[in-house]
Amino acid sequence: MEEFLVWAVWVVAALALLSSGLAVVLFSNPFYSALALIGNLASLAVLYLLLNAEFVAAAQVLVYAGAVVVMFLFVIAYLGGRADTPWAGGPTLQAFAAVVAAGAIAVEVVVVIALKAGERLSDTAEITDGFGSPAEIGILFLSDHLLAFEVTSIVLLVAAVGGVILGGGMPKERAD
Amino acid sequence: MDGPGIAAYLVLSVVLFGTGALGVLIRRSPLIILLALEVMLNAGNLALITFSRQLGNGDGQIFALTVMVVAAAEAVLGLGLIVAVSRRHGDLDVDRLTSLRG
Repeated sequence: MEEFLVWAVWVVAALALLSSGLAVVLFSNPFYSALALIGNLASLAVLYLLLNAEFVAAAQVLVYAGAVVVMFLFVIAYLGGRADTPWAGGPTLQAFAAVVAAGAIAVEVVVVIALKAGERLSDTAEITDGFGSPAEIGILFLSDHLLAFEVTSIVLLVAAVGGVILGGGMPKERAD
Repeated sequence: MDGPGIAAYLVLSVVLFGTGALGVLIRRSPLIILLALEVMLNAGNLALITFSRQLGNGDGQIFALTVMVVAAAEAVLGLGLIVAVSRRHGDLDVDRLTSLRG
């Protein structure tokens, strides 16, 4: 019964993931694309829960759906109609090439994984109860990955300063 | 592990990555290109977390969280650039933004 439930949840989440991913790419109005991205992130969070990554699932919803998408929506609202670029008339050569290139990337990765790890993918390690819990993530961040944790704060600081400089406008340059 | 195996999650992540790559290549609005980039980063995150579960090792989740932070920083700077460009040009179409061409 539990097995069936997990499969059912997985199938629903996977379908939602792929269809919302396509929706992000195909909507001509960026506002709808950003809303579809929320669906994409939510279904990813469900998959993370199935993979015992509770903390990452929570962080995903908070950081992405809560912060990043809201920022996208603000910018889309600020830009208004200038942000839409409707589809160029009819399928162009560029669009055709893009579909071929994206398909080639996907096929390439699948082939490499199947060749290199085909057999080994079927065995999965046993995990303890605390796997993926905030406590375990915190211990990892403050022991093995302390450098990454500290560098992250610098990255965020630089991004915040850069965002202020870019968003605040450059008065000297705009004078020309 | 109940439910689908590691390979199913990996295929899902690859297909999602392909969708994102398609969006980056096919669209001309820089905003939607950024959104498609987020989809690609998330596909990478899904693969990281899948392998983390397979190996029973939390390091993959740390990687995924770091990717998330970098994605947030990238979105801030990308959106800042888009706003700055739209103020200068008024027109957002990556095919027509050619003033940096040498």
